[in-house]
Amino acid sequence: MLRALKLEPEKCTGCRQCEMACSYENENMFNPAKSRIKVFEFHDQGRFAPYTCTQCADAWCVRACPVEAISVDLATGAKIVDESTCVGCKVCTIACPFGTINYNQDSGKVIKCDLCGGDPWCAKACPTGAITYVNADETGLEKMRAWAQNSAVPVSHVNLPRDRGDVSYVRAQ
Amino acid sequence: MSWTGKILRVNLSDGSCVAEPLNKEWAAQYLGQRGLATKYLAEEVDAQCDALGADNKLIMTTGPLTGTMASTAGRYSVVTKSPLTGAVACSNSGGYIGAEMKMAGWDMFIFEGKAASPVYLHVENDRAELLPAGDLWGQSVWDADKAIHNKHQDPGLRIACVGRAAEAGCLYAAVMNDLHRAAGRSGVGTVMASKNLKAVAVRGTLGVGNIKDPMRFMQATEAGKKVLQENAVTGQGLPSFGTQVLMNVINETGALPTRNTRDVQFEGAHNISAEAMAEPRQSDGKPNLSGNAACFGCTIACGRIATIDRKHFTIENKPQYWHASGGLEYEAAWALGAATGIDDLEALTYVNFLCNEDGIDPISHGATVGAAMELFEMGAITSDDTGGIELKFGSAEALSTITEQVCQGAEGFARAVAQGSRRLCEKYGHPELSMTVKSQEFPAYDPRGIQGMCLTYATSNRGACHLRSYTVASEILGVPEKTDPLATEGKAGLVKAFQDATAAVDSAGLCIFTTFAWTLEDIAPQVDAACEGDWSVDRLLEAGERIWNLERDFNRRAGLTAKDDRLPERLLKEAAKTGPAKGKVCGLDVMLPEYYELRGWTPDGEITTQTRDRLGL
Repeated sequence: MLRALKLEPEKCTGCRQCEMACSYENENMFNPAKSRIKVFEFHDQGRFAPYTCTQCADAWCVRACPVEAISVDLATGAKIVDESTCVGCKVCTIACPFGTINYNQDSGKVIKCDLCGGDPWCAKACPTGAITYVNADETGLEKMRAWAQNSAVPVSHVNLPRDRGDVSYVRAQ
Repeated sequence: MSWTGKILRVNLSDGSCVAEPLNKEWAAQYLGQRGLATKYLAEEVDAQCDALGADNKLIMTTGPLTGTMASTAGRYSVVTKSPLTGAVACSNSGGYIGAEMKMAGWDMFIFEGKAASPVYLHVENDRAELLPAGDLWGQSVWDADKAIHNKHQDPGLRIACVGRAAEAGCLYAAVMNDLHRAAGRSGVGTVMASKNLKAVAVRGTLGVGNIKDPMRFMQATEAGKKVLQENAVTGQGLPSFGTQVLMNVINETGALPTRNTRDVQFEGAHNISAEAMAEPRQSDGKPNLSGNAACFGCTIACGRIATIDRKHFTIENKPQYWHASGGLEYEAAWALGAATGIDDLEALTYVNFLCNEDGIDPISHGATVGAAMELFEMGAITSDDTGGIELKFGSAEALSTITEQVCQGAEGFARAVAQGSRRLCEKYGHPELSMTVKSQEFPAYDPRGIQGMCLTYATSNRGACHLRSYTVASEILGVPEKTDPLATEGKAGLVKAFQDATAAVDSAGLCIFTTFAWTLEDIAPQVDAACEGDWSVDRLLEAGERIWNLERDFNRRAGLTAKDDRLPERLLKEAAKTGPAKGKVCGLDVMLPEYYELRGWTPDGEITTQTRDRLGL
């Protein structure tokens, strides 16, 4: 069963535990600047959003690489960079529509999420469940469940999922 | 290890920025952050100097755990001599800049001298330079933050900044960082502005890697996070309700100082509580609370994000405040609300935005406005003095207006308010109405209803403060064990234990809120796995005690004596009128001699030679 990182920005508090876990696993230090997952702040809306590689099935970065340094980890589906092959040309960083593959000026190579070989540290470190590692076919399951719940009650009792302007992202008790 | 081992010394007078090695010997004795920076201050600054003169120094300091994966390890402090109290100042803040300093490779920035014209410090890893800030002077913290980000085209830049209030000499100005977080108390922002230093902007990409035993550190921090998650306060109460979870609790305890501490319970407390923040408003159906936010590395996330009702009178015509921003914490809600008798949640949120926007301490500000309101009601101040403001208890309009003026650094009555409660009350002939210790306004706990706080306020080295020994944890919440809030027995020992432990927690670079769940038994393994040397609970406590005595000694040299370990007469003579503490006054006179003795001080509060020798002072 292939699994995927499921990101739920509404649960994110901006603590950066994921960035530290990622950089610790991959760079052997706590260094958000070298993290493969990034948390973005949207001050005026009071929101935070974690963002990282979605591991496209047919990946632009793989196609763009002129030296075939990016391959598929068949166990996890992750697109992984072979550092010994990468020449640091950065073409993949241009090809990626999401910006989730980046150049590391210290090593002269590109870095991206490799799902930590199937046990992603960011998900383990997230204290609020904003990052989870779930069955890739079911990343939308919780949202489906919330809407399904509405379909099971009479119209007069419908309680639509609350939007971000509401208190819904105060952590559940 | 875990310290970067590097200090940046910035001489504002000659414009030099020089790297120097950290004094490892001192780090072994004082750990880091609060303790270590106080050691530098005590060694380098004449305690009698003018706090706002070029001889004072301002130290931005991190702890050994700052920037690591330990929960809440993003704290930094600003240490200097306070212009408000004349004593040592150490104001602790979260947000992200502390961790960014470590990521850039620095344990501390020491600022000395005074710049001839406004400057800001820009640090990018090991490169540091002072840049002109003439165009930033006169701007609010929020505007200056934006301008610096734009100028450097670097969204990752973390910025600490002072606002217009600090520039105008407000004695309780804060150093703001990351827009909403504050090194808030004792006027540390005023010192920064007095040096013509507008901002400090830091970008660090080097990371924090020199952990002594990485495997053990990951295990210890993981175990610590589990304890926080499973604890009712840090796992549920604080994330859901923030520190505001206390508003109704403390009011019911009869320890909510109300209307300049005339009362101990506020009839409007519920309207400004966490519960009220989460309720949909009648006006627009939306709650005041928009969500919660964490500081760097924090798995608790008590920070509030709030959005004001657009139709509220305070912002109806000010679209610049229609967005979400830093919401009310308990201390701010109390000071701006209960201390002034105002229960308009939206108005308090607006005033809190202003405090962040221009960097003033909402505790000192709210408490000072409360004192001004009492002076106004008794006729000692008239609307001729206030420039027409009807400064009555309960007036949200008056609070909004005077806060706008203080924040903008306006002339006139605002200048008198901006000097703090002690100076204001003296100016208008009623020093007894100032609810201060060592000229610093006390916070949101009436010590008549929580007796440990009598001693906490009286003996705090930075003037009245709850964060130096938060005995509320024991007396009200039962952490680590329940004691009777109305009893004075045993409180001297409790206060000393809290003071020493807290000094150690601060100095590690951790947040004091972890101690609702953690004891030093949880913290020592994290420090020990990260730092050079063996860090046991006993060694942390000893370092805490050493730090406490060092601060006390700085204050002695600054001219403070046992006479400054006093509470306002109101707390000693006027009994609480309502609630569980009805009929009670502060039992300070019973507790203080016992406290001095436990500390190893003379009956006059002087540190004895034996104590000095024992602690290696």
